[in-house]
Amino acid sequence: MGTQKSKASPPAGGRADTKKKLPERFRDYRHVWVFLELERGQVHPVSFELLGEGRRLADQLGVQLAGVILGPPGDSTQHAVSEAFAYDADLVYLVEKPLLTDYRNEPFTKALTDLVNKYKPEILLLGATTLGRDLAGSVATTLLTGLTADCTGLDVDADGSLAATRPTFGGSLLCTIYTLNCRPQMATVRPRVMRMPQRSNKPIGRVIRHDLRMLEDEIVTKVIDFLSDGQSENANLAYADVVVAGGLGLGALENLQLLKNLAQTIGGDYGCSRPLVQKGWLAADRQIGQTGKTIRPRLYIAAGISGAVQHRVGVEGADLIVAINTDPNAPIFDFANVGVVADAISFLPALTEVFIKRLAPRNPMRLVN
Amino acid sequence: MHIVVCIKQVPDSAQIRVHPVTNTIMRQGVPTIINPYDLFALEEALKVRDYHGGDVTVLTMGPPMAEDALRKALTYGADRAVLLTDRHFAGSDTLATSFALSQAIAQIGNSFGTPDIVFTGKQTIDGDTAQVGPGIAKRLNLVQLTYVAKIASIDLSARTITVERRSEGGTQVLKSELPCLITMLEGTAAIRRGSLEDALRAARSEIVKWNAAEAGIEDITKCGLRGSPTVVKRVFAPTPRAEKATQIDTAEKTVRDVADELVTSIFTHQPALEHELSSTGSA
Repeated sequence: MGTQKSKASPPAGGRADTKKKLPERFRDYRHVWVFLELERGQVHPVSFELLGEGRRLADQLGVQLAGVILGPPGDSTQHAVSEAFAYDADLVYLVEKPLLTDYRNEPFTKALTDLVNKYKPEILLLGATTLGRDLAGSVATTLLTGLTADCTGLDVDADGSLAATRPTFGGSLLCTIYTLNCRPQMATVRPRVMRMPQRSNKPIGRVIRHDLRMLEDEIVTKVIDFLSDGQSENANLAYADVVVAGGLGLGALENLQLLKNLAQTIGGDYGCSRPLVQKGWLAADRQIGQTGKTIRPRLYIAAGISGAVQHRVGVEGADLIVAINTDPNAPIFDFANVGVVADAISFLPALTEVFIKRLAPRNPMRLVN
Repeated sequence: MHIVVCIKQVPDSAQIRVHPVTNTIMRQGVPTIINPYDLFALEEALKVRDYHGGDVTVLTMGPPMAEDALRKALTYGADRAVLLTDRHFAGSDTLATSFALSQAIAQIGNSFGTPDIVFTGKQTIDGDTAQVGPGIAKRLNLVQLTYVAKIASIDLSARTITVERRSEGGTQVLKSELPCLITMLEGTAAIRRGSLEDALRAARSEIVKWNAAEAGIEDITKCGLRGSPTVVKRVFAPTPRAEKATQIDTAEKTVRDVADELVTSIFTHQPALEHELSSTGSA
């Protein structure tokens, strides 16, 4: 289910040069759209990352960048509108309806599909979150257009087609995918894969409102409840500045505490590689890598992680990668910046101690005041 | 109650290697498995069947050898297996795949009874797109419930279903109607081993094999490469990093000294971080 291409090798080149043959009905599709994900009142940061990417594509194509916002009437939606402009959108398409309060596939699919059919974007980008993937699949199928999942690179080629690059086979290879003869060209991008752009104080610009012709009675699915993960257990790993992660080298479940101690000492979050989730030591939302989360911290410390390609895909956006592993030939040393050949179990407590000492206030007298 | 579970036979991606010179995938000797997420879907389907009665049909699209995956699913306890296989499907992207599978599900409905629930895994481990489930739902005009962690309840007489669905920062509890399509998250239940009786039955079972026409597909241009709006233009290996890690020498040093050296090295690279961490007082 769901492979982008099931065949072993791509077709011979040439088919991607068929933009000239684009059917007449798609020739007036223009502009780049970014869907701003608003769930429970908050704009997901991936939407801003996509606006940064969308800006670059729009400039290359010489077209406008639009944000698409679907939400209930009220402050949170209005805030999303001003944020879209602050992150450099030229205009915003807005659908405000009470039935868009919580995410549900049916009204969101209809709203976004209707907007596309009416205003005809050439490129439509969404975050590869649970919401974005749920929505993108339905919208692309309704529009019978192409959708490329979890892209790590987006570009415009010489004839103006979107070239979407994504990892395949667990990240061991990359492939560049084109959408031929259909519009819009749709792609999803995971949080933290693209850089967060600068925020400006750009005032609110042109907002095009659209009505959603749908009644609550027509929507089969009802939201009964929302169980929040809460602040304490809210693993916002993808956006942490400092991340410490462990792998099989931790040896035993109780050694996870060593990882947590270090993370707490340096004010970071903690995660793990896939085997630890498979062992049931940590929940899936702590997993870093191709099938887990992509992270982009300023400091990443990998303890006892060998660094299979699936893991590498998730961490290579980090500013500084530190690897601790007993095996000097572990692949993690191929992409780490600093490496220590050591046993994570004995090394983590020592490292934690040194950090505590180093980060203690320089002048303890100050504490008295 | 009739449940259809879509599964996929995938190469065990943990064991795939890339040829160092040609940058091509080395598939030789790489075992194939049922996509792990699909096993969670199958387990959930079997649990629902065991509780509410009815039967479970597993469906896969793939080459003839994908029959192995179906037979394996039968040993877990599925009642029937359908293999959708045709050269016309080669090169299908997610849009074309969801078309073919939705047609086959409609045909399964005609032949063995309309499904009440269609299950898939949340995504595959080779494609990782999570697009085929939503695609099938849209094509069959089914309510879609993705990233489901748990089926809370099913009321067969009222034709309603309540599920817990993962979303960013929490769990949505949704009440919807049958028929629906559900994509299952990992780790919700241990996968059953299957009984000896199931194993014997699986070995004897006839697997239903359909080509495009037998699955009721009239418009073959919606399948395979022709039905795929996306095309892979280039496949390449990630660029290797230019330099290897700066190794901190550990010979004849205490663990404490090495740790000291590492922290110094970290803050040499990230001087601002040291200042911030000290001032926040997290230590």
